[in-house]
Parts: sequence; structure tokens; C-alpha cells
Amino acid sequence: MSGYVTGVLVLLALNVVFAYGAFLPLAAGQLNLGLAGFAAIGAYAAAYASNTWAMTPALAIPLGGFVAGLLALSVAVPVLRTRGIYLALATFALGQIVQAAILNIEIVGGAAGYPVAAFIGLPTIATFAALIVVFVVLLFSTRFGIVVTAVHDDEIVADLMGLHVRAIQIAAFTLGSAIAGVAGGLYAHYFSFIEAQYFNVTLSITIVLYVLLGGTQTAVGPPLGAAVFTLLPELFRGSENWRYVAFAAALIVLMASRPQGLVTGAQVRRLLMIKHGNGGFGT
Amino acid sequence: MRPAPSILVLEDVSKRFGGLNVIEGLSFAVSRGSRTALIGPNGAGKTTVFNLVSGVHSVDSGRILFEGKDISSVPSRRRIRHGIARNFQNVRLMPHLTALENVMVGQHSRCGGPFGVLQPVNLLPNNRWYVEARAALADAGLAAYEGATVGSLPYGVQKRIEIVRAIMAQPRLLLLDEPAAGLNSAETEALQRLLDRICAGATVTLLIVEHDMHFVGALCDRVVVLDFGRKIAEGTPIEIRNHLVVQQIYLGAPATA
Repeated sequence: MSGYVTGVLVLLALNVVFAYGAFLPLAAGQLNLGLAGFAAIGAYAAAYASNTWAMTPALAIPLGGFVAGLLALSVAVPVLRTRGIYLALATFALGQIVQAAILNIEIVGGAAGYPVAAFIGLPTIATFAALIVVFVVLLFSTRFGIVVTAVHDDEIVADLMGLHVRAIQIAAFTLGSAIAGVAGGLYAHYFSFIEAQYFNVTLSITIVLYVLLGGTQTAVGPPLGAAVFTLLPELFRGSENWRYVAFAAALIVLMASRPQGLVTGAQVRRLLMIKHGNGGFGT
Repeated sequence: MRPAPSILVLEDVSKRFGGLNVIEGLSFAVSRGSRTALIGPNGAGKTTVFNLVSGVHSVDSGRILFEGKDISSVPSRRRIRHGIARNFQNVRLMPHLTALENVMVGQHSRCGGPFGVLQPVNLLPNNRWYVEARAALADAGLAAYEGATVGSLPYGVQKRIEIVRAIMAQPRLLLLDEPAAGLNSAETEALQRLLDRICAGATVTLLIVEHDMHFVGALCDRVVVLDFGRKIAEGTPIEIRNHLVVQQIYLGAPATA
């Protein structure tokens, strides 16, 4: 496999993991614009563990995810008190705080960045990505998948049906942040160097775009959106700097023609129903 | 014969929104196993009564007793576990879920503890929750719609799906807010058959807000009349139809009975 193909596949796998980090809160109706902050926590925690304690990356990366999830859980209660645009702003601020804090922590290099000694290749990253995909798809085939959508659709009715709306939102936010932390840990150990500047709001917004493009209603949407975002710019690579223009134009066309995302829940269910031999659809 | 004990009692309940007294010192009781209608002109406070009983709003004063227990301060989320389920005047199904998944939301209060949420209901098509929800839809004559996203379904079908969702909680008191409103006659008949089936075992008590008096007359055995947040009459549907004050409220003129 050429270095170029490997590089694109690594990027694809990383972006799929990132996308699930944004997908979980979005599925419950929350826009998390601080995802890059949680990815940074995961990246720095994993890098610190493997650098300082010589922990193997296969353990250090999940540890980074765990630390990011722990931070998310501790801030979830006050942050999720806000709604809509205020929630987006609160999470955005959270991301900025994390970035600014890392710039001032000297033991992980501060503004100079933090080299990572251990290295992981495509097989490890792909394995992590596959495990995350399986985990989220399985999670969404449980009752959790139904109640998360119920909370997204109508909080008042969900509450009257006995759903603990707040707990479900906190769970989605925390799990998504932990997954973003894992993505950060993978990133750190592949590129062997991390700096706070990389984990900025543009990263957060790009990840959210993967999910909005792929579709927020089903666990199949995020990897699809991540794939489009990763591979489409590569297709336009021949046209030098115009490729960004072509990419942006392609995105606008895609979003205008499918505002609900590339795949919707109904489409996925229709496919599954046909497989089960149940075409039982009403009018 | 001794009167059946009341399943729901409102004791001197008041509720105000801003300067408006929507419910004022309202007291009435619903006896177990009955099919009680709550009627009254627009703005009489019928839906507010439902919101107080289901916990959407809290009472300002007075008490709400369910099966003898004061539930006035029980959080809305827990009331369905006590045995109170409801529908909504304007259908409020989850638009991104299928009919079947909406019905499965109704099972949530019975699925047991915080880990009940991790049951793989969509992975194993023969698990008991999935089978139960499908059977409930089939019983209501809605099997054809189970895989459809609800937003695309006819209004009458959505209303019936919402009632099936409510009964999946196995409530002992079912609150129905204008179940027949906006339905054509065929849909109203289908609804009536569904409600007859729900009430057949006499384990469910119905409290219904409804304007269609034919529907009330055919379904209900008890009527409570509200006006300006107070109870002004109570009786059988026939007694209420002949009640002087009720006629005045609805017709706006003294009746010559």
C-alpha cells in the first residue's frame, strides 16, 4: 500500500471516530461545539501516559478517552442546563478553555507542542475505528437508540413517558466526548506530535459537519459523512487550489438536495425490513 | 350497591397562569373502572386538569390523590410508573421514530431500572418487548403501519398510535385529550373499537376530554362539566344532557325544558 493511500485511510478512520463523538450528543438534540477540547484532553492524557509511564498506546488511548469522558461528565450538569444556541456557545467556550489551559501547562510542552514517542500505524487505528463503529451501532440497536431519538424529538413527552431526559442527555454528551478523546489519542500516536492550536473550533465545526452531512438519525450516517469529507477533497486533488472551491460547491449541492443528511432512519429501516422479508409498509 | 372507590380525586385544586385563574377550587372524583368524560366550553380548564394530573404543571394549592396517595408533588416522569398515562390534544408522537418504536417508548416505564435501556430491542427481533409492541399495534388494527415513520401517516392513524403508546405503560388511569377531534366518521369508529377493547377488562379507568357529545354518550358512563375552572355539574350523560345550567352554558340562553 502506498504511503498516500495509507495516509488517506488513517485520516478516514480518525474522522469516523471523531464523527461519532459529535453524533451521540446530536442524536439527543445537543450541538457540542467543544468537541476539539475533549479530543485535546484525550490526546494529551494518552500521550502523557505513554510518554511518562511507558504505557502501551492500546491502553493509553482508551485511558485518554476515559479522562475526556470524566471531564465531560463533571461539566455536563451545568453545561446541559443551557439549550439551543446557548448550549452551542457554552460548549464552544469549554473548548476554548481547554485549549488555553493546555497552552499554559508546561509539563506537556505548553505552546511549543508535545512530541509523542510511541507510534501506532494504520492497523491499530483501523481496529480502534472498527470497534467504535461496532460499539455505537450496537448501542443504537438497544432501547437507548429509541430513547435518545425520543428525547431529541420531544423532551416533554419523553419525560411524561417516564424517560429520565437529563440522564439520557448527559450519557450521550459524556459518551460522545469520550469517543472524541479516543480520536485525539489516536491522532497523537499517529502524528507523533500534538499542539493545542490544532484542537481549535474549526476542528469542532468540521466534525459536526460530517454528521450533519451524513445524517443524524442513524448510526450509519456519521461514517458516511466522514468518508465524503475525507475522500471528496482527494478526488479534486488534480485541480490544485481550486479543489477547495470544488469541494465547497459539492457540499452545498449535497446539503441542498438532502437537508436531512445522506441517510435517514427510514431508509436504513426500509433496507433492514426488506432483508427480514417484511415489506409491511402502510400507505 | 356500594360505590366503587375513587381512583382519582381532586381536592380543592387551584392553578393560575399569571393573573388568570384557570382552575379555581376544583374538586371531583373519578371512580375506578368508570369511563368519565370531562366536558366544558373552550377555556374551561379541561386540558389544564390533564396537565395537573400528569404533572406537566404543578398545582398552586389543593391535592391530587391517585389510588389514595397524594401525587401532587410527584415529578412528572414518575407519574406514569404510578399508573397514569395520557395522549395529547395535538398528536405528539416522535416524528423520527417508526410507529413501532413510538409504541416501544410507551414501554419504557416498565423496562426496569437504568440498565433496562440497554436491552437490544432492535437487534433481536423476537425479544418480548418487540413482540409485545407489534401485537399491540396489530390488536389496534395498525399492523400495516408499524415500519412507517409516523410523520407521514394520516392523522387518525397517528391518534390511535398515540393511544397504543399510552396503554403500553399498562396504566390504570388513561387520560385522553380530545381523542375524536379532527377524525372522520370511519376513524372515529376505529377509535371507538380501540377504546372498547382497552376498557373490556375493566382494569383501565378512562378520563376523557371530548367535545363530540355523541361520542361521549356512546362511550362514557359519567360526565363532569367544567366552566371557568370550576365544576358546575356531574352525572350520567343523559342527566347532563338535560341539565339546565349546562344547556345555558352551551346554548347561551335559558332553555325551556
